[in-house]
Amino acid sequence: MTIIKTNNLNLWYKKFHALLDVNIPIEKNSITSIIGPSGCGKSTLLRTLNRMNDLIEGIRMTGEILIENKNILLPGTDLVSLRKNVGMVFQRPNPFPLSVYKNITFGLEIHNIKSNDTLDNIVENSLKSVLLWDELKDKLKSHALNLTLEQQQRLCIARLIPVKPQILLMDEPCSALDPIATGRIEELMFELKKNYTIVVVTHNMAQAARVSDDTGFMLLGRLVEFNKTSKIFTNPEKKETEDYITGRYG
Amino acid sequence: MERHFDRELNELREKLSSMASLVELMIDTAVKALIERNPELLGEIFNSETEVNKKHIEVDELCLKLIALRQPAGIDLRFITSAMKINAELERIGDQAVNISQNTANLVQQPFFVKLEIIPQMTEVAKSMVKDCIKAFINKDVELAKAILLKDNDLDQQKKDVFKKLISNIIENPAHTEYFIDLLLISRNLEKIGDHTTNISEDVIFMVLGQDIRHHHLFDNHKV
Repeated sequence: MTIIKTNNLNLWYKKFHALLDVNIPIEKNSITSIIGPSGCGKSTLLRTLNRMNDLIEGIRMTGEILIENKNILLPGTDLVSLRKNVGMVFQRPNPFPLSVYKNITFGLEIHNIKSNDTLDNIVENSLKSVLLWDELKDKLKSHALNLTLEQQQRLCIARLIPVKPQILLMDEPCSALDPIATGRIEELMFELKKNYTIVVVTHNMAQAARVSDDTGFMLLGRLVEFNKTSKIFTNPEKKETEDYITGRYG
Repeated sequence: MERHFDRELNELREKLSSMASLVELMIDTAVKALIERNPELLGEIFNSETEVNKKHIEVDELCLKLIALRQPAGIDLRFITSAMKINAELERIGDQAVNISQNTANLVQQPFFVKLEIIPQMTEVAKSMVKDCIKAFINKDVELAKAILLKDNDLDQQKKDVFKKLISNIIENPAHTEYFIDLLLISRNLEKIGDHTTNISEDVIFMVLGQDIRHHHLFDNHKV
């Protein structure tokens, strides 16, 4: 089932046309990778999906972004609720300068969400879902910035969970991590896709090949090809894709 | 922009090309020994076989190295996996040439002799198929690869003709049954060489188009 669909999505940063007629379908409970050279628009596309780009001055968008058939570009869209539903994980882990515990409960407090569950249970379940509970259960009061980078990145994913998102956007989530930590985050992504839909932007083609079900290749603001990951990396349909995945691009 | 990787892929291409030339020479020499009744030529074939076996291992090692170190994708991945399969087919073609020479060694020891024109004719077809399938691989030539698939039918028909002819020879000359069976086996070796070249041609088509046409009766949508 398609959970996200863009129809002729165009985006301009002032006069710069950054996304051109992008049509991308994203399946529920799947991992979709967006690959492409620097400046191709992949992070821009990712950020449109929870309208993070709205914060940039001079931005303009046309077309549609349907999330569960609702066009989130329509005026009157509740952006707070959108960003609760579509969480974002960034390149550098950016935990709040608070305790591990407070990082998890922060979203509930800021959104003033009342839960039947106790905060302790929410913290435990969130940390369990990112496989951090066993490591951190005795360090819940520790400062989050004292964790390893990998633990910080996991915590950044865990803190999204209490607000019950359906979609997780990840912008180069492993680029600051070593191969072992990268491997663990990728394993976590496999676990998370059972309950969430993941869209990941990555420069690391091997990572896209390893983790994702579908892959989109972008070039100069266009989605050149979107296909099953196995197809993209063995027998892509477009020459530009072939050139990029084989390192001939440029 | 030529990548360093392209140079390594060229090295692989050249190794397979030289291996193909060697097995072609082995077939040629084996049949020449048969026609000229010259067992001295057979020694060359066993030397060549050792060389082919060395190349077989070298090509596999190079392919493994390229997969591990370059993590190829797309056409590069299809090229390397096809090269590995073609490597195995060429080695088996070499084995068929050795089989021909072993049968030839038996035949030339016997005073009895029957001139069978169709064997050199089959040899020419088989050799041209080896040459062409490697040419198709080097030049990524799908049309040439397809032509080899058709040519194999000719070789199959020639083998059937040899069988018919030799069976009637056996009936007429039962005392020389062993002689005729050796000839029959040689025609079978030549026909098997054709089969290996069709496998190579299928690999070439997969490499270029990404379409697997093997066993197409199982998958109607896989026809080229």
